[in-house]
Amino acid sequence: MTTMAEPLARAADVGGPRQPLLEVEGLTKHFPVRRSSFFGPKPVARAVDGVSFSIAKGETLGVVGESGCGKSTTARLLMRLIEPDAGRMVFDGELVGGDLDLRDLRRRMQMVFQDSYASLNPRLTIAESLAFAPTVHGIPHGEAIAEAAALLEQVGLDPGIVLHRHPHQLSGGQRQRVNIARALALHPRLVILDEAVSALDKSVEAQVLNLLVDLKERLDLTYMFISHDLNVVHYIADRAMVMYLGKVVELGPVDRIYADPRHPYTRALFAARLSHDPEKRTTAAVLQGDPPNPIDPPSGCRFRTRCPLAAEICAAREPAVIDLGEGHTVACHLHDPLAGHPEARRDA
Amino acid sequence: MDPSELGPIPPDQMKATRTPGYWRLVGGRILADRVTLVCLALLALIVASAVFADLLAPLDPLKTSMVKRLKPIGTPGFLLGTDELGRDILSRLLFGGRMSLLMGIWPVANALVVGGLLGIVAGFFGGRVNMLIMRTVDVFYAFPSVLLAVAISGALGSGMKNAIVALTIVFVPPLVRIAETVTTQVRSLDFVEAARASGAGSPTIIRVHLLPNVMGPILVYASGLISVSIILASGLSFLGLGVEPPQAEWGLMLNTLRQAIYVQPWVAVLPGLMIFVTSICCNLASDGLRNAMEIKQ
Amino acid sequence: MLTYLIRRVLYAVPIALGVTLLVFTLLHLAPGDPVNAVAGPDAPAEVVEQLRRAYGFDRPLPMQYLLFLWRILGGDLGVSVATGRPVAGELAQAFSNTLVLALGAALVGFVAGVALGGVAGRHKGTAIDHLATVVSLIGVSVPHYWLGMVMVIVLAVEANLLPAMGMGSGGLELLRHAVLPVLTMAVIPTGIVARSVRAAVGETLEREFVQALRAKGLGRGAVLRHVVRNVSPTIVAVLGLQLGYLLGGSILIETVFSWPGTGFLLNEAIFKRDLPVLQGIILMLALFFVLLNLLVDVAQAALDPRMRRA
Repeated sequence: MTTMAEPLARAADVGGPRQPLLEVEGLTKHFPVRRSSFFGPKPVARAVDGVSFSIAKGETLGVVGESGCGKSTTARLLMRLIEPDAGRMVFDGELVGGDLDLRDLRRRMQMVFQDSYASLNPRLTIAESLAFAPTVHGIPHGEAIAEAAALLEQVGLDPGIVLHRHPHQLSGGQRQRVNIARALALHPRLVILDEAVSALDKSVEAQVLNLLVDLKERLDLTYMFISHDLNVVHYIADRAMVMYLGKVVELGPVDRIYADPRHPYTRALFAARLSHDPEKRTTAAVLQGDPPNPIDPPSGCRFRTRCPLAAEICAAREPAVIDLGEGHTVACHLHDPLAGHPEARRDA
Repeated sequence: MDPSELGPIPPDQMKATRTPGYWRLVGGRILADRVTLVCLALLALIVASAVFADLLAPLDPLKTSMVKRLKPIGTPGFLLGTDELGRDILSRLLFGGRMSLLMGIWPVANALVVGGLLGIVAGFFGGRVNMLIMRTVDVFYAFPSVLLAVAISGALGSGMKNAIVALTIVFVPPLVRIAETVTTQVRSLDFVEAARASGAGSPTIIRVHLLPNVMGPILVYASGLISVSIILASGLSFLGLGVEPPQAEWGLMLNTLRQAIYVQPWVAVLPGLMIFVTSICCNLASDGLRNAMEIKQ
Repeated sequence: MLTYLIRRVLYAVPIALGVTLLVFTLLHLAPGDPVNAVAGPDAPAEVVEQLRRAYGFDRPLPMQYLLFLWRILGGDLGVSVATGRPVAGELAQAFSNTLVLALGAALVGFVAGVALGGVAGRHKGTAIDHLATVVSLIGVSVPHYWLGMVMVIVLAVEANLLPAMGMGSGGLELLRHAVLPVLTMAVIPTGIVARSVRAAVGETLEREFVQALRAKGLGRGAVLRHVVRNVSPTIVAVLGLQLGYLLGGSILIETVFSWPGTGFLLNEAIFKRDLPVLQGIILMLALFFVLLNLLVDVAQAALDPRMRRA
């Protein structure tokens, strides 16, 4: 009896609470794209371009940015659903691909996708979907099915009703709870939530968010929470990471970033958000147009084509990451005293 | 969304947690579709009459008679008349159905295995494998299907086996394409990614997550090819490239009776009518199946 | 558009090469020594040897293929075993005869299909809509070699209106002889064109911008122009492919009507084991089909800019 549950026991903590759960350095993915002309170098889309960050144990890291900024690609790179072109990942002190193989990584790290319907196999019952991952990791099928009921209860669903249904017989909210249960089946330490609540109705979204907060507490989880919804990230995250065209532009504690955003892009993003207070809503569109094409991104700072404060230096050099203290970092020449941006003094 | 939210659970739901399966649903939809039902019934009749031709045929389909040549429909003893060698048309139609159906279904079944496999491999693994398989398929698509069938069986020489090989080659490319398309679609769905994210290897993912979701559309598409295959197979026999005389086969019968259109035109038309009816029923039944199998969310 | 054109043409080159490779393989699939096929069964041994060297059959297969390719590029398709004449010459005559049938059938299919499908798409659920559905079902289900026989029986044998066989000698006679095979062949494209046009017209009329146009009170002519512009790429594609299928699939119809086209020639070549002719016909028809596909794609891209990205 003792051996049976063993393969699925939660991976033990290695480095203690002060060691980050996940450290990512220089993560890069360039997708090859079809040539538009027969001449010149083979074009690539720089979907994720040298992204570095870390996630502390027990925290929730929120990731925000417009669609196409590389949020979801980052998530898939972390799960190794896509092979990165470059970059290093260390999970609780163990180098991924070195000390830690992919199979073990995927037990410690799980993911919930945006589309609750597409993320469940329409031909399998909920019980079978939930039992799939444990059986892959060597749990006998019967036991995994029994475990499925407990998982459903954990996410607030009645196994008696849900267990033997097919995905199309459930509501969107119920399906997303099933997807969360599926992610928990392997007892992970880190759960990546890729727009996991974005497709839900507002009222259902709130319930699922509360469930996530509750689960994190009970199961001692760490979250990476990807969303385009700034309000939701404010609510759930401890720290926020702002991405633009495959780069991290600003990273820091949620309270600091939301109170005092430093990067012009972050400011524009916040200005464009719908406030819950109708009096405070802006009418002017702050961000004009779409982000530039990642196939041939602007030189220097990638935001400069849409930045109201862009100067010559912004086209010439890529901004360095500047530490503003208290874990708040920003990649902008405005805050770099050595960059010589004309607006630097007044703004910083 | 909490269990409580769904309200008190009605007692009947407490027990009936197992909902009707997918195939039960498809079956119900087919039963409600009158056109499909009629076609399936006709097809069942045609298949049964071919299978039990030994029992049903009034006469020996190969027995010739110089005096009873080209009798009209309704001749006593020869319900549907006789052919140019005095053989009983009804008996030959029954036995001919065996050959025609066999030659219609067999190549599609072959191509389903070969083409389905290649297409799934191309779709699942993508990249260079996909490139190699799909570009080869493109070359075969450069031939109109009739031409390809005639060219291959013409080069191989006449005979039933060669005709089946030729038709198999004709149907592999379209099945590769459909299998590749469906597989590519399913592969990009999140549940396949989720399965990979749970650490499963490719064979497991293909078996549990891919096959059950791609087999339906591929089978429906293949069922639509049977009608084409029956027409093409009989066409090859009509040209003298398929089943060889004195065997009975609808296309071959049509070929030999062609000389008799000035004497017994309506007898000469019968084998073609059988091909037509079978083919139309296959087409409609395949459409019905496609509609019934659609997953409506 | 120019980039698309270059890309599309470059894509056709490997396909065409693949076609030649396939046709080359076909000759080697044929049972027996290919030299015997070229020389004929009764050729004396020294002639066979001579031919073996002349055709390069004594060389390794890859070399033979390159030789074969080289000859094709020079327009040399070999010599017919049966008649001793160059294959290319025999083909040219037959091809023009087949083209008469295929173009005629495509034209009939276009006119009848567009008319039927257009009306059906405009008035869904009516009797004419059902007729269009039935016609397209028959188009894809009927063995057209049999339909040809039925046509002959009804219109030639029973009613004695039209000739049943052959091609006649030019002018009105040719036209009279062409009626039955053309009508028979036209059934498939009529059905398929009708189905596509019906779907496309119905879809276009339901689109928002057309409904907006109607709401704005635009006349029927203006709405029709929009429908035509949206439907024409589909029709071009369907018709182009159908023309290819008609040319390639004419063998059955030409056999039924004894029409001296490529299909008839092909049938003869098969039974006389005249492999050079067999090879020549298949090669030419397939390459023509590749060309046709290329033209269809380019025409579609010209009509609909969205196609250029595919």
